[in-house]
Amino acid sequence: MTTTELWCDRCGEAATATAHPGCASARQLEPPRFCQHCRRRMKVQVLPVGWSAVCVEHGEIRG
Amino acid sequence: MPEILDQARTQVLGDGVGLDQAGVLAVLNLPDEHLPAALQLAHEVRMRWCGPEVEVEGIVSLKTGGCPEDCHFCSQSGLFTSPVRSVWLDIPSLVEAAKQTAATGATEFCIVAAVRGPDARLMKQMREGVAAIKAAVDIQVAASLGMLTKEQVDDLVDMGVHRYNHNLETCRSYFPNVVTTHSWEERWETLRMVRDSGMEVCCGGILGLGETVEQRAEFAAQLAELDPHEVPLNFLNPRPGTPLGDRPVVEGKDALRAIAAFRLAMPRTILRYAGGREITLGDLGTRDGLLGGINAVIVGNYLTTLGRPATADLELLNELKMPVKALSATL
Ligand SMILES: [Zn+2]
Ligand SMILES: [Zn+2]
Repeated sequence: MTTTELWCDRCGEAATATAHPGCASARQLEPPRFCQHCRRRMKVQVLPVGWSAVCVEHGEIRG
Repeated sequence: MPEILDQARTQVLGDGVGLDQAGVLAVLNLPDEHLPAALQLAHEVRMRWCGPEVEVEGIVSLKTGGCPEDCHFCSQSGLFTSPVRSVWLDIPSLVEAAKQTAATGATEFCIVAAVRGPDARLMKQMREGVAAIKAAVDIQVAASLGMLTKEQVDDLVDMGVHRYNHNLETCRSYFPNVVTTHSWEERWETLRMVRDSGMEVCCGGILGLGETVEQRAEFAAQLAELDPHEVPLNFLNPRPGTPLGDRPVVEGKDALRAIAAFRLAMPRTILRYAGGREITLGDLGTRDGLLGGINAVIVGNYLTTLGRPATADLELLNELKMPVKALSATL
């Protein structure tokens, strides 16, 4: 996938115009919730080790 | 030395009798300069009445989000504009999560579902999931599935679930400010049935929901009356989109005061660090709590948020010379 990141994966707001320092900091202890490419809410499963997040359009990411 | 700590040294450390509500309140109101002494005493109480072992647990969400209840702190309620979507974990992934948990040395694996209470589908998933875990992993299985019927309690016992978590969350007087879709008394009724079934009772709550210090003391006293095997202590991690999403986090020193006070109210319980410690206490505070009455941890990630790596906690326990409780010791 080579699409440019457009949306904040924590709050779902536009990520290109302004930085989201609060979201970036919070993301250290949270999985992503929004797809960066299309802003859809993802189905997120947190596991004891790691997490997975699925966008219906852009597929699964893991962390 | 403040009078309450002298009293606690005799009564709690000496005789194993927990502080009452007034005593807990006195500890919660101790000025900062006496906090180290309170933590030291709580640590001595823990070492005397529980021992040096630390119980390590992992938790996993079997059914996330879409909950019909309105617990104001929770990102999994379907009634708020939280970004958390509904998702189910399949059984192979559940077993894998149990394996990952056991690999840390944990003896407890708690399966959690965001529901008012289980339906037939969830109970079926539990029966298959618990059996699959027991066939593949050496770990004790606990569950947290909301309010239960007597039949469901019996079913969980039959599956081999050894401990049931059902948090009262906060004191009785403040509960209606936090949850309106069910009552504190309904939760108490589930806890009573769990107790009667022979399963171990795990019941704690969350500090920082907007309760007063007096209500924190009330909560400790109500938990002490219940006398749970384990008390998980959470600190609010304000979640976007929830009614409590803009609340401030609990001050580190207030969190430590609460840890000491809850230990002095319940000298023999397993007092577990649960969610929110990373943001409320940080690394230094985490250590202070383990030296101030805490004798159990949740390692790894939580249900919808992430924790610090299990290795960080295990290294800290090693450094503090606190052995991880072994499976043989719990059976
Ligand atoms: Zn953002
Ligand atoms: Zn997408």
